[in-house]
Amino acid sequence: MNISVTGELDSSMSTQLDLKHSDRHVEVDGFDGTIGENIIDDPKISTRHVDVFYDEKQAIFDATLDIGRNEVIALIGPSGCGKSTYLRALNRMNDTIVGCRVSGKLTLDGEDIYSKKMDPVLLRARVGMVFQKPNPFPKSIYDNVAYGPRIHGLAGSNAELDEIVETSLERAGLFKEVKDRLHAPGTGLSGGQQQRLCIARTIAVRPEVILMDEPASALDPIATAIIEELIDELRKNYTIVIVTHSMQQAARVSQRTAYFHLGKLIEVGETNLIFTNPRHELTENYITGKFG
Amino acid sequence: MNTEAQLTGHISKRFDQELEDIRNQVLAMGGLVENQVNSGIKSLIASDSDLARRVVEDDHKVNRMEVEIDDQCVQILARRQPAASDLRLIVAIIKTITDLERIGDQAQKLGQNQLELIDAGVSSSKFAKLEHLGELVSKNLNRALDAFARMSVDDALETIARDAKVNDEFESLMRELITHMMEDPREIKSALRVSWSARALERIGDHAKNICEYVVFLVLGKDVRHIDPVDQLDL
Repeated sequence: MNISVTGELDSSMSTQLDLKHSDRHVEVDGFDGTIGENIIDDPKISTRHVDVFYDEKQAIFDATLDIGRNEVIALIGPSGCGKSTYLRALNRMNDTIVGCRVSGKLTLDGEDIYSKKMDPVLLRARVGMVFQKPNPFPKSIYDNVAYGPRIHGLAGSNAELDEIVETSLERAGLFKEVKDRLHAPGTGLSGGQQQRLCIARTIAVRPEVILMDEPASALDPIATAIIEELIDELRKNYTIVIVTHSMQQAARVSQRTAYFHLGKLIEVGETNLIFTNPRHELTENYITGKFG
Repeated sequence: MNTEAQLTGHISKRFDQELEDIRNQVLAMGGLVENQVNSGIKSLIASDSDLARRVVEDDHKVNRMEVEIDDQCVQILARRQPAASDLRLIVAIIKTITDLERIGDQAQKLGQNQLELIDAGVSSSKFAKLEHLGELVSKNLNRALDAFARMSVDDALETIARDAKVNDEFESLMRELITHMMEDPREIKSALRVSWSARALERIGDHAKNICEYVVFLVLGKDVRHIDPVDQLDL
């Protein structure tokens, strides 16, 4: 980093004003641990020393990160930096990939996510996922949302199921737009509506955490704004981890931001700070568009 | 620090160029303002009415530069959505040019006061402390602009600390002017005009200090306004 501050100030001043900024990280090649607030009190999800391999190729190196309750944390970084791989490790979506190995300690409310006792299907109900491309089932709007509650046996009666579907669509900000055509196919909705349908489908199984992998990258700015508004609304009830290539989106929706680079978690901090005064050169370069 | 490297290195070479251009314009505006201030001081010391008039007339150039640079900053904010050091640079520039414009206004006041003093047949040259105050302020402004050009936190902090000397000199000159006025009430009118010029110089010192604070913000991302680092610096 080219910000080399060599201020030899009076020591009392540097303590009071912390002007020396000797904490600004200037290592470029070596990785000597994540800087910033990657560990927090009472996290919803805690991950310690996580390594992820695809066969021999290591995709994540020693990532330690806590995810707080009712926070939106954005994972950013250039393509191939491992942010999606890390995200998918949180609800064991990587289990389905042959040759993928995850090591380290990952817990959800203190329960080991990778324990043999943990049922991945139930885990994915608790830690739901929304993908880049809206992927509604080729079913009606109603059945898309009702699918999860049905297979998990969450509704005791049809009336209860109706209630779950309505509440989920309501929370996803879609109910008003589709209430008169609940039995029309979900695939007939616009892209933005389909994405909100997928969010409603995720919410219907009462998750605790929602993972979002580029949830708005296929949407126009209006649909994106609606999804971002929804994310802010959902934060009251859920913990949200969002992977995004749009730095403005990360800045708008998240409270904390984590920056990944070549499989390493470089820096974690309050979004306000990451976008105004990041401490690591790599973070600075990425968010100012300086990678060539 | 290497300012070139901080401004440049974006994937978008055009963005590099835009930042470089805008920075050069701020430096040019700084040069113009410094020239205005020095001419204003010189007109004061030498009772030079031509120079005083030119300072008054040239103020519009400073104003025009502020408007132009402001416009370019708005364009960059809208089109580039700068973050981190780029964002701090644009914010620091927007603030710096406001202070530069106000310094220009104070230089204009120096010229106007001087023209009125000359009209009244009074010379301010008998106040040696005014000359000294002018020198201190001119040096501080030069240091502030230099700190901005080189993005040097050390120079900025040192200049902030030196503003205290400007304030001391101003107070001392004011005491001298008050003594004059008490000794001879006929001096009140001219002494008041001299005090307005002294006040303008002191304000220029304050604006130079503000620019140094923006330099610290720009380089370190830390806001040192209103915490009086002067008291904490042992210079």
